[in-house]
Amino acid sequence: MATSPSQTAMPTERSQSSRVLDKAFVWLTGAFAIGVGFVLLAIAFRVGTDALPAIQKFGLSFLTTSRWSVNDEVFGALTQIYGTLVTSFIALLIAVPIGIGVALFLSEDYLPPRIKQPVVFLIELLAAIPSVVYGLWGIFVLIPLLKPFGIWLNTNFGWIPLFSTAPSGPGIYVAGIILSIMILPIIAAISRDSLVAVPAEIRQAAYGLGATRWETIFQVILPAAFSGIVGGIMLALGRAMGETMAVTMVIGNSNSISPSILSQGSTVSSLLANQFAEAGGLQVSSLMYAALILFGLTLVVNVLAEIIVRRFSLKL
Amino acid sequence: MASELQSARKTETVFRTENLNIYYGDFLAVRDISIEIPKNKITAFIGPSGCGKSTVLRCFNRLNDLIKSFHLDGKLFYHDQDLYAPEIDPVEVRRQIGMVFQKPNPFPKSIYDNVAFGPRLLGYKGDMDELVERSLKQAALWDDIKDKLKAMGTDLSGGQQQRLCIARAIAVQPDVILMDEPCSALDPISTLKVEDLLQELKEKYTILIVTHNMQQASRASDRTAFFNVEANAKGQRTGYIVEYDRTEVIFQSPKEQATQAYVSGRFG
Repeated sequence: MATSPSQTAMPTERSQSSRVLDKAFVWLTGAFAIGVGFVLLAIAFRVGTDALPAIQKFGLSFLTTSRWSVNDEVFGALTQIYGTLVTSFIALLIAVPIGIGVALFLSEDYLPPRIKQPVVFLIELLAAIPSVVYGLWGIFVLIPLLKPFGIWLNTNFGWIPLFSTAPSGPGIYVAGIILSIMILPIIAAISRDSLVAVPAEIRQAAYGLGATRWETIFQVILPAAFSGIVGGIMLALGRAMGETMAVTMVIGNSNSISPSILSQGSTVSSLLANQFAEAGGLQVSSLMYAALILFGLTLVVNVLAEIIVRRFSLKL
Repeated sequence: MASELQSARKTETVFRTENLNIYYGDFLAVRDISIEIPKNKITAFIGPSGCGKSTVLRCFNRLNDLIKSFHLDGKLFYHDQDLYAPEIDPVEVRRQIGMVFQKPNPFPKSIYDNVAFGPRLLGYKGDMDELVERSLKQAALWDDIKDKLKAMGTDLSGGQQQRLCIARAIAVQPDVILMDEPCSALDPISTLKVEDLLQELKEKYTILIVTHNMQQASRASDRTAFFNVEANAKGQRTGYIVEYDRTEVIFQSPKEQATQAYVSGRFG
């Protein structure tokens, strides 16, 4: 086929520039996609190499010891890893049932659409509040609000290790509660999307068999939306583990490890935020090591989410 | 209440309606439905799109109750029981009167769990394996899938999915099965399989079927109701029954001009 443009007939051949443009577009978007992946790898690589001295010095004992002494150059991040996991767990414990409940309520036809839409919008707006605002609110509103409750827990249930220390204001439980509010909109919005995506025919089938609304929701709709909901929870967990500002402001930033959620603590991200400015030498390397661990944790969560979503995704 | 409905299963006329008018809000969707549906027969509803066939069908298991603006006047008797009497629970109605939908809609569960869903809801205490097998056999699906009961119902072919939905409906041993254009999403071979199945099922069940396919109605049904639709001054389209008789009468010597025109393919 000739490449020169035809003269009289309808030009069915594509012009050279159109072909070039097509190619260029593929290359450009391809470069963007690869570029993003490359940035991730570059960050991981840099964090990894900077962490190398600390990895060589402390090895796995970094994960199992809690001493963080700048003067002696001995570092262990157990307190922070523990704090990250515990605050995230508290956050999920609160946000998952509430988030799924909210999603269920808003995906059914309990509310007329003109009330439902604003409510959906408000909940999603929770995700738009900057985390430093959450932190500020945590310090001035949530901590005073929670303190009597913490004292009550300690005086009445102090024999349970979970509540065995007297609350001093900031603490792990405050951080967990702040996190739960921050991840609630993620869980609610994604769960609602997956519930709404369950085909109406399936719902009708359940009703047609004589299922009540609750039986339909719990035996048909929720299982059908399961993968989407778990995906949302995992995404929220990733957010909770990495969240820095609000947590740093309310957790107390103490390097002590305690079974009590009323005590102060710290998380990996709050450790990084608190120490990077004055750090040098092995301390920087240790911070990088801690960052690498956080990186790994979120990576594991995201991979798990992906596996669960694929494994249980709705086949229709 | 279940016992009221259950003990009602006696008369030879399964459904009887008297001047049934069906509304969505102020809109009169279907008017003046007065018909009797006989037991162990296949009754077909035919007519052009929008004539209210499915709307009427969904009154018989109170599935329209899920639409908030829906209401009706007139009477609808299931055997001798007024189906819309205040003491009747729509959930229990649907346990007596099964439904198969236009688009095959198996649950995203295993084949076994699809069939066992209804019986489990009702707290069936008998041998579930046996019930599942019997239902699948009645739905002419057993031979296709007996080795893969754990496979997802949604992985079956369209025709198999629809037969699975029929098995699911008959597993609760209903009195009546409502079918809303059950073959419209199926290929011709699957359609014939379902039609053959209908002839076997009518020995045990009363079947109401909505269909767009006139050949299907003439082949498969014992009685046929022809629906039509007319617009009022405001442009609202209200459906009504033109003629209801034995199927051969409707197709060979209908009394009404409109029926004749429709069954001979001149409109609709």
